[in-house]
Amino acid sequence: MNTFTIARKELSSYFRSPIAYGVMCFFALITGFFFYSAVRFFLQQSLQSTMMGQSVPLNVNEWVVRNVLSNMSVVGLFIIPMITMRLFAEEKRTGTIELLVTSPLRDFEIILGKWLAAFILYLAILGISVLNMLVLFAYGNPDWRPMAVGYLGLILQGGCLLAIGTFISTATRNQIVAGVATFGVCLLLWVLDWVSSFESSKLFSVISYLSVTSHFESFARGVLDTKDAIYYLSMIVFGLFMTARSMESIRWRA
Amino acid sequence: MIKVEGLTKRYARNVAVDHISFEVEKGQIVGFLGPNGAGKTTTMRMLTCFMPPTEGSAQVAGFDVTENPMEVKRRIGYLPETPPVYPEMEVIEYLDFVGRIKGVPKASLNSRIDEVMQKCAITDVRNKEIGKLSKGYRQRVGLAQAIVHNPDVLILDEPTSGLDPHQIIETRDLIKGLAGDHTIILSTHILPEVEATCQRVMIINRGKLVATDTMENLSSRLHGAETVGVEVIPRDGAFSPEWVRSVREKLEKVAGVSRVIGKDAKDGRARFTVESQTGTHVRPELARAVIEAGWQLNELHGMGLSLEEIFLELTASNYEDTPEPAPQAAAEEA
Repeated sequence: MNTFTIARKELSSYFRSPIAYGVMCFFALITGFFFYSAVRFFLQQSLQSTMMGQSVPLNVNEWVVRNVLSNMSVVGLFIIPMITMRLFAEEKRTGTIELLVTSPLRDFEIILGKWLAAFILYLAILGISVLNMLVLFAYGNPDWRPMAVGYLGLILQGGCLLAIGTFISTATRNQIVAGVATFGVCLLLWVLDWVSSFESSKLFSVISYLSVTSHFESFARGVLDTKDAIYYLSMIVFGLFMTARSMESIRWRA
Repeated sequence: MIKVEGLTKRYARNVAVDHISFEVEKGQIVGFLGPNGAGKTTTMRMLTCFMPPTEGSAQVAGFDVTENPMEVKRRIGYLPETPPVYPEMEVIEYLDFVGRIKGVPKASLNSRIDEVMQKCAITDVRNKEIGKLSKGYRQRVGLAQAIVHNPDVLILDEPTSGLDPHQIIETRDLIKGLAGDHTIILSTHILPEVEATCQRVMIINRGKLVATDTMENLSSRLHGAETVGVEVIPRDGAFSPEWVRSVREKLEKVAGVSRVIGKDAKDGRARFTVESQTGTHVRPELARAVIEAGWQLNELHGMGLSLEEIFLELTASNYEDTPEPAPQAAAEEA
């Protein structure tokens, strides 16, 4: 119950500052652009293949949806720091953290409430891109199932990065520092995947496993792989657990 | 209501609070007095379960802060030095939020909010954004926040800091009005504030409790030994060191005077600080003595600073050992 009270307060403050609108706007523009270029490319290719005399039409899911979803997962790395940076940093700066900590709330209620608010905002942002996808249904007949799996992947990946961002936000009282650090970590978790192309040693495959984007691949293809889902879920739990530890340390050090 | 025993907070390099013990009875207003950095805020933060004590124990309304923090938090209202308000929220919305997280039952929440808004005189700004309110209003919203769940104990950290004199008086009256229902601890480094609002004083310095006494006892110390400033001008401008000496001798002979300290003698006038014995009224006698000697009495005023002197005496080590500017500033503000 308290969790929802906190979440409601966080959500309302998101929509009272320009952050929510700014991030939504940014996301709508950039996914719109990706969608447009993917569709243009798809049209070109199908025109070509028709001229070449191929009878089987190209797959919309494979050519448009998959590309757009992959791009969106990368865009997520940029918007998540903007969502999480203020969660705890702002409360620490203004001193309102004292109100929360001295209220009869449990730490996990505060943390979960804040994460939930960030998560709901993220869902709302993702919702914008669904409009693009609806256009595909209006003019074609894409398969909705792999698309739903792709969105599930985006949701899970977002949840995991949000948990990490929430944790980083507890470490500082400066929003900008929290934002930049979260962005750095997100970026790192993205590029870690690249080492897998260097060589296939045990160490590199472990490093590559840690990358958030590598686990998104299967979702983008429309394959629901429990291994990847478990990775995301355990990262969410891990991030929130670290947040709880960090909040405890705020008390001991304060 | 509050029972503190050997409460200690130690950091890596220094001790912020050093084995403090005290008790506060129900319904009392207790002033927590000390220079900046004395450990007032740290003590309050331990009482409110914001941070755990390194050693010792504290009980609020019968519950221990380390063993049963949830119960303690339910019974404490806390106003930190800067009111913990969200500037983007409206007053009523903020109080609703605080009421919910403090566990006020939903059914009575709205009437409770109306009540505290009335008590704190913020009903007229109920729909304004807190960030747009004046500092005095924001402080009162902070107070409303602290009492919204009708706590047994109120802990106020420098409730009047940064307010203008008018707002200070309003806030003090408000606090006094709350005293019946709540046990209040308020911290301050301003002496008149304690005199104006508190029944008991605890003076803390460098983490140690140096004195704890009732306001009456302190007042009797304050008014018992009166200190008077006297300024005398000779007739016909006959100013000389001999004359100054003769004035001094005359003053010393006045009944009840225990000590005369010459402050300065220049520009044709001599100034003295006269200390009197307990229970005597020396001012009329001093005036008569000066007039009868044929001099002019230019000024006669009670110094009335004895609480300050007590305070400075008790916290003097701060000036000797550390060149901190903070206590100086505190004294000036007072």
